[in-house]
Amino acid sequence: MTTIATFNIEYTRFLDAQGKSTQTLPAFANDAKTLVELYKWMVLTRVFDAKAVALQRTGKMGTYPSTLGQEAVAVGIGNAMHKEDVLCPAYRETGAQFQRGVKMSEILAYWGGDERGSCFKENREDFPLCVPIGTQTLHAAGIATAMKVRKQPRAAVMVCGDGATSQGDFYESVNLAGAWELPLVFVINNNQWAISIPRSAQTHCQTLAQKALAGGFTGEQVDGNDVIAVRYVMERALEKARKGGGPTLIEAITYRLHDHTTADDATRYRDKEEVKKAWELEPIARLRNYLAQQGHWSKEQEDKWQAECSVQVEHAVQEYLNISPPSPTDMFDYLYAKLPHDLIEQREQAIAEAKLGGGHHHG
Amino acid sequence: MAEISLIEAITQALAYEMQADKEVVVLGEDIGINGGVFRATVGLIEKFGPDRVLDTPLAESMIAGIAVGMAAQGLKPVAEIQFMGFTYPALDQILNHASRMRNRTRGRLTCPMVLRTPYGAGIHAPEHHSESTEAIFAHTPGLRVVIPSSPARAYGLLLAAIRDPDPVIFLEPSRLYRLVKQEVPDNGEALPLDQCFVLREGSDITLVSWGAMLHETLQAAKTLEAQGISAEVIDVATIKPLDMETILASVMKTGRCVIIHEAAKNCGVGAEIAAQISEKALLNLHAPVLRVTGYDTIVPYLKLEQLYLPNEARILNAVQQTLEFA
Repeated sequence: MTTIATFNIEYTRFLDAQGKSTQTLPAFANDAKTLVELYKWMVLTRVFDAKAVALQRTGKMGTYPSTLGQEAVAVGIGNAMHKEDVLCPAYRETGAQFQRGVKMSEILAYWGGDERGSCFKENREDFPLCVPIGTQTLHAAGIATAMKVRKQPRAAVMVCGDGATSQGDFYESVNLAGAWELPLVFVINNNQWAISIPRSAQTHCQTLAQKALAGGFTGEQVDGNDVIAVRYVMERALEKARKGGGPTLIEAITYRLHDHTTADDATRYRDKEEVKKAWELEPIARLRNYLAQQGHWSKEQEDKWQAECSVQVEHAVQEYLNISPPSPTDMFDYLYAKLPHDLIEQREQAIAEAKLGGGHHHG
Repeated sequence: MAEISLIEAITQALAYEMQADKEVVVLGEDIGINGGVFRATVGLIEKFGPDRVLDTPLAESMIAGIAVGMAAQGLKPVAEIQFMGFTYPALDQILNHASRMRNRTRGRLTCPMVLRTPYGAGIHAPEHHSESTEAIFAHTPGLRVVIPSSPARAYGLLLAAIRDPDPVIFLEPSRLYRLVKQEVPDNGEALPLDQCFVLREGSDITLVSWGAMLHETLQAAKTLEAQGISAEVIDVATIKPLDMETILASVMKTGRCVIIHEAAKNCGVGAEIAAQISEKALLNLHAPVLRVTGYDTIVPYLKLEQLYLPNEARILNAVQQTLEFA
């Protein structure tokens, strides 16, 4: 018997759980400004997240999926992308979206039940959040196909969770990206849990990164709680994609510290000890420790930034709460470029119902 | 001018629009060098190259899903699925994404794509190759569903579908692909979407149909004429959105209506048309609206498919019942 193929999966990490460097940091990390920027985005993401959960708990917003503990994945992605690249997120990538011009108030509007939340004012090409799980893998492949046939030096980025890797669409996109050498970076935001199903029950594979091998391209793991590592592998994969080097799959290892959504209760299926241990690995304290050790971040700076985040988030909440109610006709007026004749009567009916107070949302 | 078949009219429309608009890209399984399983894309790869004629790996959800991404980037993808029975893996992408992109982003992103697929029975094909499940798509807000029934309408309606800024499901009756030929000038003139075509004017009864069944319906109208009965024949052509104005005007004139479609009766598009006639023209009716349709069974394999398909005799029988009602 002869072995005709073998594989290896690389794992990248620069900072350990205590914030000590485990190897020489990449060049961009020599610039304290860049690291502080990454840190600030992570803190802002977490402050926003806590507020979003609170809005749901107090009846001011609908169901919301927390990003707690996963800030480094999203912030690393968003920081490495160029403006002209295109992001197809799942729904825990706010830290990337904010850096790409999506407003906090837009994300709140979306989860508050308003389609206008996906009409990003300052980002015209990124896809909205994707709820059906894994379908966005193919949209990103289509976007990358458009970039490739137009010979543009841009890349598409797709983010999905560990659960999405069981979907057919995921495999179909991995296969196509390899076959057509698409400028596409797959990021698996592996937070260990797909609602109540642990990563170990999702697949018998040793890593999710190795799913790329079936597509014939590189899959790698990164410590998803080390924002320096995430940014580093993302930048490398994006560069390769933009230069015609084809796709890369990055499995970012992180942990969902919160329930799946505000409608979920993770204590039903998850051991408290596991969550406690995961807190020791979370990304924000890790980078803060490193920055403090290097003399780039002080207690005063921390207090000041926390306060500023609260102000920014509070401002976004006010913007969200003050948004004018949607027009009753909006559900008709954006279905097609031009309202088809068969909808005219129903649209009139909705206007009349609205005038009578029908469809008023209580609570 | 040479006469061409419906399938040749499809090819002619694709080639015309690819020449006229460089954003038009066709994609699907075996559509390149092979020219498609029915030869709808024959010659396109030679003319427009592999960057605009994309032979895809074999995965239908993928074909629909990447078309959504390509369309959002401003391309106009025309995707082919080899048979209607193979569109089902793509339903998630069509129903959850293609049909909703404009609405869910409030117009920020749009989906100007066409999904073409042959449909219908009667061509002695294997299992899963004879479906008429157009009602699934017609039930979906955000889509247009267009079904040509002649070479000229195939040409004009496909051009309109590609130029439309929203997703269009374009169902091609495979039984008609090579059944009839007619002259179709390659002038780039689109036909209107969202409109029925009155193929034959009449005063005694309205026959409403679409797709391959128009062939039998027109035959029935001819037979009726010989019997002194004047039948108006309407080709619905766009089944979503429905042009009820044309249908109602005809039914108000004739007072009688038979709807003929190949798809199963239960929850078929015929039920919607009949319901709207009863809502808006009940007092104009001299008889109940009847439907001549496929049975509510799985489409049988080729040995029984002719029994399944509505034929001229079944149409004439329904017309007879309608005329004798009162």
